[in-house]
This record gives sequence, C-alpha cells and structure tokens, in this order.
Amino acid sequence: MKVTFPHMGYLWIPVSALLRKLGLDVVVPPPITRRTLSLGVQHAPEFACFPLKLNLGNFMEAYERGADTIIMAGGVGPCRFGYYAQVQQEILWDLGYKMKMVVLEPPKGHWWGLWKRIRWLIGERSVRDLWRALGFAWHKFVALDAIERAACWARPRAAAPRDVRRAVETAVRWVHEAETADQVREAREEGVSLVRSHAVRSLRDPLKVGIVGEIYTLLEPFANYRLEEKLGALGVEVDRSLYLSDWIRAHVVLDALRVSGEHEVKQAAQPYAPHFVGGHGQDTVGRTVLYARHGFDGVIQVMPFTCMPEIVAQSILPRVAHDYGIAVLTLIVDEHSADAGIQTRLEAFVDLLRRRRSKKKHDAVARAQAGK
Amino acid sequence: MRIGIPRGLLYYEYFPLWKCFFEELSAEVIVSGPTTKRILDRGVQTAVDEACLPVKVFYGHAAELGDCVDFLFVPRVVSVEPRAYTCPKFLGLPDMLRASMVLPRLLSPTVNMRRNRRQLLAAVRQVAAELGAGPVKTWRAWRRAVAAYRRFKEFLRQGYGFEDAVSLALGQNRHLARQAPPARDLTVAVLGHPYLVYDQLVGMNLIQRLRSEGVRVLTADSFTPAEIEAKVRNLPKALFWTYEKQVLGAALACLDRNVDGIIQYVSFGCGPDSMIGELIQRWVRRKRDIPFTLLTVDEHTGQAGILTRVEAFLDMVARKKARSA
Ligand code: SF4
Ligand code: SF4
Repeated sequence: MKVTFPHMGYLWIPVSALLRKLGLDVVVPPPITRRTLSLGVQHAPEFACFPLKLNLGNFMEAYERGADTIIMAGGVGPCRFGYYAQVQQEILWDLGYKMKMVVLEPPKGHWWGLWKRIRWLIGERSVRDLWRALGFAWHKFVALDAIERAACWARPRAAAPRDVRRAVETAVRWVHEAETADQVREAREEGVSLVRSHAVRSLRDPLKVGIVGEIYTLLEPFANYRLEEKLGALGVEVDRSLYLSDWIRAHVVLDALRVSGEHEVKQAAQPYAPHFVGGHGQDTVGRTVLYARHGFDGVIQVMPFTCMPEIVAQSILPRVAHDYGIAVLTLIVDEHSADAGIQTRLEAFVDLLRRRRSKKKHDAVARAQAGK
Repeated sequence: MRIGIPRGLLYYEYFPLWKCFFEELSAEVIVSGPTTKRILDRGVQTAVDEACLPVKVFYGHAAELGDCVDFLFVPRVVSVEPRAYTCPKFLGLPDMLRASMVLPRLLSPTVNMRRNRRQLLAAVRQVAAELGAGPVKTWRAWRRAVAAYRRFKEFLRQGYGFEDAVSLALGQNRHLARQAPPARDLTVAVLGHPYLVYDQLVGMNLIQRLRSEGVRVLTADSFTPAEIEAKVRNLPKALFWTYEKQVLGAALACLDRNVDGIIQYVSFGCGPDSMIGELIQRWVRRKRDIPFTLLTVDEHTGQAGILTRVEAFLDMVARKKARSA
C-alpha cells in the first residue's frame, strides 16, 4: 500500500511526517504545476470548485508515482467539500485509476466506522504510537505557521522579494527534515530568524492588508497566484487570517467535538452574518470586521470561482466596507485567472490604499490647522 | 397586514404552505408577479456578479415588492430534514438581501431541522408571535397549511403543472381538468431545481412546450419521497443536500421507469448541481443507455439557443426509441 493525499500549502510536511511515523509508505504528490491543473481541469466537472480540480490533479500525478491509496478529509455539508472524495472516486474509477479512497470521516455518523478505517490504515500500531505521531505532526504545523508569519513580516522589508522566498524554502526544508520534536523546535527557531534576517529595511508604518476567504485558496500559493508574495513585493505587510494549524483546529478537533469556531470572530460577524453559511463564509465577514477595527488599510477576500459560502460573504462585505470605511477587494481565482491580471488588480488596490492614507493624513493636518 | 413573498427560490417548493398559513392568521399575502425581463435585470444589478441566476431572480422579486408590503417573508432555511442542509446560499439569504438593498421589515424565521425536527414548530411559533397570533389560532393555521402543502405535492406528482397544482391545493379551482393524455408515446424527464424549471422566464416554459409537443413530462416532483429514498439509500455517502437528493434520486428512479430521455436543467455556477450533475451523468451512462443532456442557463442565455438544443435532443430521443422498437 502506498498512500497519498492532496496538497494544500505546506500541509504535506506534517501529514507525510505523521503517516511515515505510523509506518506507512507515503507518496507525496509532486508540487502543483500547470500540468497538475490541466489534468484536474480536463477530468473534473467544469463547474466543480477549483480545489476539487487541483486535488484530482494531485491524485493523478501521485498515481503515476505509484500511489494506490488516497487519504482524504470529509465533511457533513453544506459545502461541496464534504462530497469531494465521492465525486473524485467516481472520476478516477471511470479513468481506470485503481486507487482506494479512505475518507477520514465518520461514515453514516458512526464513530466506530471512522476508527475502523484508521485501524485499517495503521495496522498493528498502537493507539499510543498514533497519539505520539499526531503530537509530532502538530509540532510541524506550528513551526510552519511561524515561518509563514515571519515571511509576511519580512517581505515588505526585504531588499529583494526573492531573498525571502529562498529563505522560506530553506526553513521549510529544515522543518521537513527534522526527525524529533526537539529538532522541529530548533528548525522553527532557526528558520524564523533566517527569514527575519532578510528584513533589512526598517518601515515605520507599512500598509497593512488582511487576507480572508476560502481556506484552500488562502493556504495554497499556486491557487492564489502567490498573492502574499505579490503584496509583499508591493511593500505591503500581510496578515493572513487562517493558517494550517487553524484549519486542523477547526476541522479536526472542533468539528469532532461539535463546537463552532472562534467566538470573537462569530461575534464580530453577528450584525451582518448571524448564521453559519458553510465553509468559512461567516468567518470571512467576521474577520473583515476585526481587521477594520484593528486599523488595517484594506482587506482582500480570495475565493474560488462559484464558491458558495464566499459568495454569500462577498454579497455582505460591501456593507461592512461601507460601515467601517475599509477598502475591500474580492479576488476570484480559477483555472482561467491570469497572473498578469491579478498583478494589475493588486497594484491598483495598493495604489488606492496609499491614496486613502495620504488623504487621511492630509485631512488630519487640515483639521488640526482649522482647530488652531 | 401585508406580507410580501418574492416569487423565487423556495417559493416554488412551499408557496401553498406559506400562503395558507398567513391567510389563516388573517394576513394578506402579496406575491411579486411572474419573472419578467425587468425583474431579472433588477436582480442582476443588485446582486454580485458571481451569484447564481436563481438568487439574482430572487433579488429582483424582493426589490419589486419593496415598499408595498409591511413584511417581506424571507425565511432562513438551513435544513429541512435530519443530517442534511439546503444550499449555503439559503443559509445566508436574508443577510445577503439586507446588505444589498433597502428592505421593509424582514420576517425571517430560521428553519433548522438538522438535529431536531421539532425546531420547525419553534420557527412557526416565532412567526406567528411576530404577527401577533395566539397559540390556538397558530396551531389551526399550521395544520391547514400542512394539509394544503401535502395536496400541492400530490397534485404535482399526478402531473399537474405548477400553477394548477397551487390553485388546486389552495381550493381556488376545483374543476381543473387533468392534463390531456400525451399524444405521443415518449417520456422525457426534466430534472432541476423547481425555481428554475417552474419559473416562466428562466425555465423557458420548457415543460409546457414539451407537453404541447405531445411528450409525457416527468419532473423531480413526479416521484414519491419513498421512491426517491429507495434510490439514494445505496449511495456511497448519504447526500447532505435535500433538494439535490430529490434531483439525483429522481434521475436514478428514471432508470426504472419507462423514461426515454433525461434533461438536466441547471444554473451556471450552481455549486451542488456541479457535483450531482457529474454523478448523474456517470451513473446513468453506466447503468442504462438513456439519452441525457445538460442545459446550463444564466442571465445571458438566449431562449432560441436552448430551444434548438431541446428540439434536437427530442429528435434524437424519438429516433432512438423508434430504432429500438
Ligand atoms: S468552500 Fe468553496 S471551494 Fe471549498 S468546497 Fe465549499 S464551495 Fe468549494
Ligand atoms: S442550489 Fe444552486 S441554483 Fe440553488 S441557490 Fe444554491 S447555487 Fe444557486
């Protein structure tokens, strides 16, 4: 048995660490490229969401490298993600790809069934081994998030954006290669300082932009056309609202315990979106409110074309933007998006933010003078 | 008291229930007119571009009712059965509307039967309380409304058109003749959301057109809930969208009935349909060789183009049937 799983940002690092610790033979799908995308697009339904297509491409490329078993997360709706695995399975089946799909969700609501699937995967390993492996993977999640956060801070301050990208690659490789929890900690500390060391310019008050939206497009740089790097190169300090460990917390831990996400975010969304709408739609609204309250210059919502919860949020955001006077840009991505087009829109948005800043400063000066 | 009901989305699923209930509570029900180009344009202007066609149509109707009613009835229908949801857009519908236009007071109960069927009754009580009705009156109104809804579904099942089923269910028209038996021995299923296929403008009168060509037409409403359930019971994973389950189950049930062709009618960019459409096509192809066509519409779709495709499809179905006979 050779197991594989879909890509989502650096998810592959902790997940492959977890599976290897459990003694499984892992095939990490090759990094997402145009080829991955075109495989997915060719065989997935035309109007399926973007992540489904990229997942499918990952599976097909992993199959070429010998994978025969897919580990996939599931869901209970109302979002499409909960049915991804079943649709992908049908497609692979019809293509003659003999791959077994193991969906980590309680089948028909029975936890026992989920446990049986896990048991089947881990074979003779004990529950303690499983627990240890999970703990180890968790350290990697935390380390990767710290490195990505450092990168957001360093990019606008670097001499060349390329430097930060290279530093991140190195730091991430250290985390990947770490074999023990201590090594992971070390990799994190050294990685973060390596990334931060490229911040050579001091910025007193950089433009700040929060990024909200659908989780896959937030976390996977291929899917968001390297949004964070583009903004960093434009001198913007980015705050991303969701990291991998947040996803684990929300989808694995909290979902299992049946408690809903962060209270503060839900509270902030309350006047505009008082009810859960699937996916991260309500969070998108709540986090936009929070960014506005924390004095950010702008917010960018990223989402795949036809993403339902984010369309709900997108419909509501203009009202938030109006009430709080914050600039919001919605970036919709799919296989038809073009890098140059996104670059142009980001440049225009950053220009707008700069103008708004200087107007604010100007107004403040004028007010002070009038007061005298 | 005047309660406005936009003629869109779940109107096509529950209108007799709502109307009967509100009238029993002595409210006046005002429905926006059938969808026109103008209503659609209004919706297209107010909604975000990415919204699906039915949501845009709904916006148009809500705007249309705007200031001539005291309340606008836009329920938040989260779930109508255990362990299932509706579309995410129904979960956020009142919020989307409120953020996009100036509205009269919204009457917007939350219906969420995902964990508990009885939650529905709480929603009913909440609405009645907002309209100032007492418990006894409410209960009687609700019982009658449910009865009207059952009749409505039964008439649809028997093959009455949407408008006829509504007026029969509400007892407005006791003597409507049954549809004349079809002239040709040809059965075609038109599967899709009721708010698409029953809407006069965006549904392009497809059902009536086919009937006037002498074709027997089935819709997702032609099957009993038991038939649908039996078909979806063996899915690899239970489908968590109630209304899509209806469509998928109907498609599978078509394989058992004497159906000669299936037309799936979907909105461009519809999330749930992109998934079940794929499953339907694959399963239909695998199980039995029934001609199948997928018609995707949005606000730019020309009627002529769709009708030509339907004509061609019908020809193909008829030829295939003649050959196999
Ligand atoms: S959140 Fe959006 S992209 Fe993700 S599964 Fe749902 S609809 Fe698709
Ligand atoms: S089910 Fe499809 S057509 Fe209906 S509201 Fe949702 S996305 Fe739109």
